[in-house]
Amino acid sequence: MDFFSVLYYRFKKVWKAVRLYLVIAGPGLVVMIADNDAGGITTYAATGAKYGYHLIWFLLLLIPVAYYVQEMTVRLGAVTKRGHAEAIFESFGAFWGWFSLLDLMIVDWLTLVTEFVGMTAALGIFGVPAWLTVVIVVLLMSALVLNGRYWTWEKIALGFCLINLIYIPAAFMVNPSISDIVGQGLIPNFPGGLTNELFFLLMANIGTTIAPWMLFFQQSSVVDKGLLEKDIKMGKVDTFIGSIITVAIAVFIVVVTGTLLQGVPIDDAATAAKLLMKTNQYIGAFMAIGLFDAGLLGAICISLASSWAFGEIFGWAHSLNTKVKEAPWFYISFFITLVTAGIVPLIPGAPLVLITLFVQVVAVTLLPAALVFLILLLNDKKTMGEYANTPLQNMVSTTIVVAIITLSTLYGVSALFPNLFQ
Amino acid sequence: MRAINQFLSKIREINKRYAKPTVEMSRAVKLSLTILRIYLFLLVVLMIYKFITVIKVV
Repeated sequence: MDFFSVLYYRFKKVWKAVRLYLVIAGPGLVVMIADNDAGGITTYAATGAKYGYHLIWFLLLLIPVAYYVQEMTVRLGAVTKRGHAEAIFESFGAFWGWFSLLDLMIVDWLTLVTEFVGMTAALGIFGVPAWLTVVIVVLLMSALVLNGRYWTWEKIALGFCLINLIYIPAAFMVNPSISDIVGQGLIPNFPGGLTNELFFLLMANIGTTIAPWMLFFQQSSVVDKGLLEKDIKMGKVDTFIGSIITVAIAVFIVVVTGTLLQGVPIDDAATAAKLLMKTNQYIGAFMAIGLFDAGLLGAICISLASSWAFGEIFGWAHSLNTKVKEAPWFYISFFITLVTAGIVPLIPGAPLVLITLFVQVVAVTLLPAALVFLILLLNDKKTMGEYANTPLQNMVSTTIVVAIITLSTLYGVSALFPNLFQ
Repeated sequence: MRAINQFLSKIREINKRYAKPTVEMSRAVKLSLTILRIYLFLLVVLMIYKFITVIKVV
């Protein structure tokens, strides 16, 4: 075979793999990019504003953390063809099942409220009233799920994921010093020592990287998409690419606020966007658009995670491939969750700070349980067969899970008792 | 009333369907579930304590 034949053969092989990936791609990318939700954007903006580029190395460490946890849901979903809620009910019984389902419902609803808070604040910067934002979001999301096809829903969701990349041009527009990013950001360091404040921010970054709804969402999404055992390899690639993109976006946000807002106290991403507008209106606008998109993506995934879980347990039809007539309860539960959460930010004097606090605390009760169940399910050789965790996978995933549980517990407890660690 | 009864019978049906865990209850699984129970119990105690102290302040 001559050189060009070899080249052509290799190109065809790679192109075939790329085409296969494009078919399988979706659940991993969507869940990972949606992980950068409104709360996540605030955390990254605050990280950059407080510590500049110094914690970029820590964000990069979160790539394997996110990947190893989420890839387990791909295997579990593809092999068992069941969502995470159903898997917990069936494997661990009704007690743990109800505990997980009710906890998921509470955490998802509270998180959804915070997404609406982020979205209304983001569009508020452009003069859009909060009620109009809520109406637009509810209509948009309803149209998205009511089209009756998982494929269409996923491709539109991927379109919103693309908008999330808006932080990349924003980071280039601030003209950051590459040598400073490399010198300060890529060498592990704790600026000013491991203080309580820094520790709290590190825990917040971990907390925003792995959220309970992500496990439930990706597994159900894999099932609804109809991925099979043979698709696991590409599903893992999808998750890995997603984990790189999500952390890359976080790094670009840190670069933006670390360059322009260092030393400025940031309570939320909307405040950061307003402050950035004073420096450069385009960068501020990009920040606000990104915040709205992040909240929207988070809302899309979170509301679906709950509806899928309820459908699995109550035996309702629960697929985006079904019409409203075929799966009325699936769509009704989706709509109720969405509307009730959307109304909360519109209530004058609503306890939004308390709700944010509750999200952190309640998530701490669900996340450890969901992660422990995940590892136990992946070790059930009777069900998982050759796709069960290997000893190496167990070692890595158990280390990550123990670290996440410890840090998220400290985060939750410090949210309950702010003076405890001072 | 009929809707509530239907809902309750659905809950009973779910409880019956998932009454017996299918995962093999090895020592590691039992230990993990026990630690999880203790962990959650302690968290609930902390939350109740916080709730009571907040109520007292109010």
